[in-house]
Amino acid sequence: MRKLIMASVALAGALCMSVSQAASGPAGEWTKWQAGNDVTNTASLQRGAGNFMGYCAGCHSLKYMRYSRMAEDLSIPREQLDKFLLLPGSKTSDYITTPMMAADGEAWFGKAPPDLSLITRAKGSDYVYQFLKTFYLDAKATTGTNNLALAGTSMPHVLSSLQGLQELKLRTEEKTLDDGSMVTESIYEGFELVVPGQLSSDEYDAFLRDTVNFLEYVGEPYKAKRISLGIWVTLFLLVFTGLAYLMKREYWRDVE
Amino acid sequence: MAASPDSVTPNKGGFRTWLNKRLPVDEFMESQLTGYFAPKNFNIWYFFGSLALMVFVIQILSGIFLTMHYKPSEAMAFDSVEYIMREVEWGWLIRYMHSTGASFFFIVVYLHMFRALMYGSYREPRELLWIFGMLLYLALMAEAFMGYVLPWGNMSYWGAQVIVNLFGTIPAIGPAIVEWIRGDYGIADSTLNRFFALHVIAVPFAIAFLVLMHLVALRQTGSNNPDGIEIKAKLNEQGKPVDGIPFHPYYTVKDVVGVGVFLLFFCGVLFFVPTFGGLFLEKPNFEPANALSTPDHIAPVWYFTAFYAMLRAVPDQQMGALLMLLAIVVLFFLPWLDKSPVKSIRYKGWMSKLALTLFAISFVVLSYLGLQPAEGIYVVLTRIFTALYFAFFILMPVYTKLETCQAPPERVTYHA
Repeated sequence: MRKLIMASVALAGALCMSVSQAASGPAGEWTKWQAGNDVTNTASLQRGAGNFMGYCAGCHSLKYMRYSRMAEDLSIPREQLDKFLLLPGSKTSDYITTPMMAADGEAWFGKAPPDLSLITRAKGSDYVYQFLKTFYLDAKATTGTNNLALAGTSMPHVLSSLQGLQELKLRTEEKTLDDGSMVTESIYEGFELVVPGQLSSDEYDAFLRDTVNFLEYVGEPYKAKRISLGIWVTLFLLVFTGLAYLMKREYWRDVE
Repeated sequence: MAASPDSVTPNKGGFRTWLNKRLPVDEFMESQLTGYFAPKNFNIWYFFGSLALMVFVIQILSGIFLTMHYKPSEAMAFDSVEYIMREVEWGWLIRYMHSTGASFFFIVVYLHMFRALMYGSYREPRELLWIFGMLLYLALMAEAFMGYVLPWGNMSYWGAQVIVNLFGTIPAIGPAIVEWIRGDYGIADSTLNRFFALHVIAVPFAIAFLVLMHLVALRQTGSNNPDGIEIKAKLNEQGKPVDGIPFHPYYTVKDVVGVGVFLLFFCGVLFFVPTFGGLFLEKPNFEPANALSTPDHIAPVWYFTAFYAMLRAVPDQQMGALLMLLAIVVLFFLPWLDKSPVKSIRYKGWMSKLALTLFAISFVVLSYLGLQPAEGIYVVLTRIFTALYFAFFILMPVYTKLETCQAPPERVTYHA
């Protein structure tokens, strides 16, 4: 299979060098962290929209989302939208694009910051939450920080003013492999805050929960409506099936 | 049968008479529905035929609306699907209907096929009926595969890459065939375009034609039933089967109940878990096709994974592809592999019961294994269950002859 895939890559004229590897750092308790967000919570979505436009939109677009649609779905008044959320030069009917040019992004970070419209659908809300919580100081990284969820990420820790900066605590353990050779394994112990940020740990969690919640909404704007409509559809079908069963019983009475 | 249209509807003047003189509406109803006698002992397994037809209609209708907004081009396909999900009125509902419908089509068809295996519905005189059904299954696989490529997500792209490359294992002409299918040196715009044409026109036409042939063949032989005995063998004074009841109204009202229960499951998925935990809509497919980035694990959608597992069961690619092909082809020969004196599993011996149980378990386990990486214990298990899958067919002529069967009853088993 691997041969097949590689052959396909070659046939497609792809450069095997640039096949991306989504590696993560040492596993541990952090992989179980859950965003715990709720897309029916409009207040949380409004705060998340503010967080996104303030901290993310400088580099990341939401190219499938219109400002007007967002304002309507999240009950954001037009004046508030214009005053706090609209990026300069954008109209309310525009899609949420970033002012940063893709070429600049590539030159500055080595990879243009991705569009985030579908990030929660492709990776899951918990992944985004874990990613934004597991930046740690790493002198070897060009940005000064590395990340557990996406090792070697080219994204700098842009939320460090809020979260502060943390160090990764690792414990090393000698391990014998099946073939008898010894390896040193790094084991995740936790994080230690070395430079405090503006937010406490709980406040930062709440900030991330709102932001991830907003991204989940953007990933599927109709999610809340889908679920509430689904309840009515289910109720209808229960009644329908019940009546259909009574009708069937009536007709089948004379079958012996 | 030979009655004139006027005598069929003696008290109805006006439009109905006018119509029946020109189009045999009443005659058709009589011969196909009210005068078509089906065994009265159908159980829950007999819902899935009509349900398959309903899912086909759901797919056609939702598909028509999708094609109004979808753009079959490399540059726009992915965006147009998101456009449908966000900006087309009720577009999300239509798209989820179609994606949920694809998976439910296979659920229903697999249960329908298992019913045929249990009650021997493929046996003489229904061999052609079974073969039309198998051709339908093949057409459905082609339809599902090409439809899966259309959203142009990363899994669409890499799935297409792997599946189309399977044709490359054909000796000598393989590579040329692969190129011919793709219309390019890689999966590209031309591939997407032709898959769209085949998915919306060619294959649906083939499916509709095969459904018709499947139904015509069914009307010719009459339905089998859980007892596997022919109801035509016992007729009453009017020449109707004593154990038969008119399809309409008895089975139409019964099937409506089936439709209600089915829709509860269908809408449950559609409205509450449309991705079904990444099984019906896979996570990597929410990223656009990218020739430079392979998803961590390439696996087809769940309904193909049993065969995908078999493909990976052998180290040699060519042998793997051949094994996968055989796994489907062998099903066509079922009517001639089964030598049992009885049709239904109810009256077969313990060996047939054991074989069918192991076969069903193998198919489910292989479907699971196809979703796992091909390494370690998974490979070992895949080989064991692939062997069990084939043993069901290869040993069938032996165990169906060796075992002692019970005599089926004279009349069908039915408790009012």
